[in-house]
Amino acid sequence: MIRILRQILRTGIFTEPVPDNFTPEVIEVGEQLKDEIWKRFHRSLTIRQVDAGSCNGCELEIHAMNNVFYNSERFGIHFTASPRFADVLLVTGPVTRNMEIALRRTYDSTPAPKLVVAMGDCGCNGGIFGESYASLGGVDKVIPVDLIIPGCPPTPLDVLAGLLKLMEKMGKK
Amino acid sequence: MREMLKAITVALGTDVRFYGPNINGPMLPCVVPKEKFYDVARAMKKIDAMLAAEWAADESLLGKGFGIFACYRLKDQYLVVKADISPDDPTFPSITKRFVPAYRFERRIESLMGLTPVGHPDPRPWIKFEDWPQDAWPLRKTFDASKHMPRVSGEYAWVTVEGEGVYEIAVGPVHAGIIEPGHFRFSAVGEQIIHLEARLGYVHKGIEKRFESLSWTEGVRLAGRVSGDTTVAHSTAYCMALENMTRCAVPARAQWLRAIFLERERIANHLGDIGAICNDVAFTFMLYQTMRLKEIMLRTNLGLFGHRYVMDRVVPGGVNMDIGAQGVKDIEEELDYILEDFERLVHVLDDNASLEDRTRDTAILGREQAIDLGVCGIVARASGLDLDCRKYNPYPPYDQIRVNVPVLTVGDVHARLWIRVEEVRESIRLIRAMLKTLPEGPVVTEIKLPAHTATGFAAVEGWRGEIIYWLQAGPAGEINRCMVRDPSDLCWLGLEQAVPFGNIVPDFPICNKSFNQSYSGNDL
Repeated sequence: MIRILRQILRTGIFTEPVPDNFTPEVIEVGEQLKDEIWKRFHRSLTIRQVDAGSCNGCELEIHAMNNVFYNSERFGIHFTASPRFADVLLVTGPVTRNMEIALRRTYDSTPAPKLVVAMGDCGCNGGIFGESYASLGGVDKVIPVDLIIPGCPPTPLDVLAGLLKLMEKMGKK
Repeated sequence: MREMLKAITVALGTDVRFYGPNINGPMLPCVVPKEKFYDVARAMKKIDAMLAAEWAADESLLGKGFGIFACYRLKDQYLVVKADISPDDPTFPSITKRFVPAYRFERRIESLMGLTPVGHPDPRPWIKFEDWPQDAWPLRKTFDASKHMPRVSGEYAWVTVEGEGVYEIAVGPVHAGIIEPGHFRFSAVGEQIIHLEARLGYVHKGIEKRFESLSWTEGVRLAGRVSGDTTVAHSTAYCMALENMTRCAVPARAQWLRAIFLERERIANHLGDIGAICNDVAFTFMLYQTMRLKEIMLRTNLGLFGHRYVMDRVVPGGVNMDIGAQGVKDIEEELDYILEDFERLVHVLDDNASLEDRTRDTAILGREQAIDLGVCGIVARASGLDLDCRKYNPYPPYDQIRVNVPVLTVGDVHARLWIRVEEVRESIRLIRAMLKTLPEGPVVTEIKLPAHTATGFAAVEGWRGEIIYWLQAGPAGEINRCMVRDPSDLCWLGLEQAVPFGNIVPDFPICNKSFNQSYSGNDL
């Protein structure tokens, strides 16, 4: 136990912005996002991630959003296990034929406002997998999409910036 | 090559015909009559060779019927056995009785190519779902891949377990966490799992068919997206297979850089896994610590190579970026930092009795079972099998910078966790050695396009294990077939066999995470 505590103390806080030249924007985008979420959802925006056929690249970056550098939870971004609790569905991958029904069911289980974000080039338009017997193409081919976040894969900052855009878009509605 | 060559010659005599320019190369191709396909399997089993892959190719554009291929591995040797199949009789002898991994390979061949394995114990489709039209065989040349298929009705015939108190738990395809989709069906009594059946195929994107519509240079981008967490290893394997078929000599500096990318990918993924395994038994401290180290590596990647996961940096003929003296220094300093912190974490890992209690004796895959199932990579090495392409089939720079392959014998979650710890250390040592010996010179060379009907083969040790690519050129020199064999094709069966008996339902997440196989790489 003493080793664990010592390591925690030695590690300190890595959450941005620790002096770091790469992404000073994280805090900027994140704080704005937090304000917007507060206005519309109070405290937290709950996300259910659905892999509808991705290569697992986007999932790595979603995992990274929860690491100590980005620590997205502090901006009110919360990932949930059930679509029943979700405000947003974050869908990755081209929608495969074999996942189409599961994606529709997940969508049907989500309560309003049922926002849908298509993440990654594949989620936007099918990406390199295109449209074929097995791949139906972008997420909008199956369920209505409110926002796309392109990139292969989009970085955690891209996703945060995308969610901010989504909140702003909601405000205009 | 001698043992396999001898065994097949003794078993088949003059029925086997060898071809290819170099009989002493790492891969020996041969052709046998269809009726003898099973006899080869018997001969290979006798000398303890393992089945690495089995696949089929539609060769109608080459003026032939179908080809069925089996790839056997014995130490540093690969033997690819082909049998020609006439379109009038689309069947072949099943080798599942001798080699368990063929169980899924052959179901896949029947589902996607429409060739029936005679003598296979399980006629259910694989990857192909019941709502596909019966005669939809996407890998056949006559199949129009651009059209959507209609849905027909049908139900998957699950293996059912009967008895007093037996109930089923169905999980997936949409799981609770941020993870790829797949379906697991547990038959349990109380908390004890007595049977586990996985049904995969949800992320089938038609990758192998898609390759056939791409050019050779576009193909590498697709290979880099077969499994996003293994992007370097997959694109390297694709490029090496292409370079193998075009006899392209890749500059030494490019080979070194590829290996550096590959080892960095291994470290990053192992760090993530070590943390995630601990997280599954509520030891979150380790997850946040290792994910921090992983993020540091990703940021170095972005700064030096322009992509956090080094996607699309390996190209046919070499790599498309270079590092300078400062880059070498940056990596060395980063590794110093990571190793120092990692060793402290390993100390904590080793000192935690409750973690050990959960990981020891959980999901044991014994050595005999591992051999029968033909698993590879980290799963095999945790179960006492000394398998690693970098050691047994070394390509530069691994022929000069030798790898110390860690092998543990118990085959439980604990062993799979510690294999990763040892490999992180070893990979850091390898990268340091590679940076010291990094050759000067160009990083890419011109690649000729393949001659028609040429074939290429490559095996690369990704972080999960051995990845195999087999390429075949068509009559115009285009991609006629690109066979992708991710380690997950072999190791999913390992998980399904390791979990039942002795494991409880709440332990499934940690069992699954300790294998951490790819859904996308399996479903293709």
